[in-house]
Amino acid sequence: MDRKVLDLWVGIFVASGLVALLVLALKVSNASTTFNTSDSYTVTAEFDNIGGLKPRAPVKSAGVLVGRVESIGFDNEKFVARVELKLDKRYRFPTDSSASILTSGLLGEQYIGLDGGADEALLENGDRLKLTQSAVVLERLIGQFLYGRAAEGGSK
Amino acid sequence: MDNFVVRALRHIGHIVIDGVWRLGYASRFFFLVLVRSGPSFRRFALTVREIYFAGVLSLIIILVSGLFVGMVLGLQGYDTLQRYGSAEAVGTLVALSLVRELGPVVSALLFASRAGSAMTAEIGLMKATEQITALDMMAVDPISRIVGPRFWAGVISMPLLAALFSAMGIFGGYLIAVVLLGVDAGAFWSQMQASVDLRNDVMNGVIKSIVFGIAVTAIALFEGYDAPPTAEGVSGATTRTVVTSSLAVLSLDFVLTAFMFRGL
Repeated sequence: MDRKVLDLWVGIFVASGLVALLVLALKVSNASTTFNTSDSYTVTAEFDNIGGLKPRAPVKSAGVLVGRVESIGFDNEKFVARVELKLDKRYRFPTDSSASILTSGLLGEQYIGLDGGADEALLENGDRLKLTQSAVVLERLIGQFLYGRAAEGGSK
Repeated sequence: MDNFVVRALRHIGHIVIDGVWRLGYASRFFFLVLVRSGPSFRRFALTVREIYFAGVLSLIIILVSGLFVGMVLGLQGYDTLQRYGSAEAVGTLVALSLVRELGPVVSALLFASRAGSAMTAEIGLMKATEQITALDMMAVDPISRIVGPRFWAGVISMPLLAALFSAMGIFGGYLIAVVLLGVDAGAFWSQMQASVDLRNDVMNGVIKSIVFGIAVTAIALFEGYDAPPTAEGVSGATTRTVVTSSLAVLSLDFVLTAFMFRGL
């Protein structure tokens, strides 16, 4: 086969393979929805129970993606979960904002919802969110419900 | 003393020694290919020629199978997911299964049967017609002239083919789920992007396909180089290439998956 034709075909093959990789990276994966470390700040929040929250879970405020969960750790002195949130620098929140762990849909993934407060001062890198609300654990809810029903039945 | 037990034990010993000897021979061959791969890059035209035969000629089968695998995933995934009212997650299902597993594995299996068998048959026939001996006589190293370019062509082609397979499969899933079944296009893409991680999913898939490329090409070249120089020998070696490299791909996939996705 002619050398020029061969080179052309191999060139087309390699270029289309690289384009496919680029499509996988930019269109399919989350590279398009993450932001650089430089334009983000980290705040921590402590929860009594994080339920099924995972690292990289979204942080949303009013339903808009404003950041992601950076890491989840356990505080061995207070026995609470310490969650680090990486927030986009474009979105600033007052220091008395509250974080709660919510579930998208009935069986969906868990995410952190941020509700803005009324304070004048804004959250800075390394600050801690004081108001938090833990995940709703379905088993506990059902347990409480059954317990309540049983107590009702006993009083009759 | 030449009774049944002794003969059976001798047979087992023979098989084990043969296997170990062959494994050692294969490792030395692989090492030699790596050491003498200089000419594959200095005379890159040789490698480009082999990329044409291994990669470009495998394009059709890879693209078509990728498209159909993606379309089947779309259909099956939609059928199951819509029972739970989460038909939008079909994008996540298609993308994750293609990028993590099906893309690298299925394209490696196709690559083994399309390009690997051709490499084995070609080198086996070269050996049977004494072309390799002739090269050696002319002081041309057959490993760096014949085996090296094919090896690097396989290693370069495989990740590209796997990426094309995955991209094509996701396009097939999109065609079925969004165009045919009416899943919302925005939800399809955004749920996919929310759950596919660049480093954990896409990069691990690429690493997998590179490992499979090395394994499949090395097995194909060794089987060809080691084939008995007869018609029967070459046909047996070609069969062994497809069987061994498919098994190698599947078992390597398990090992790699166990390491990569353990914590997820």
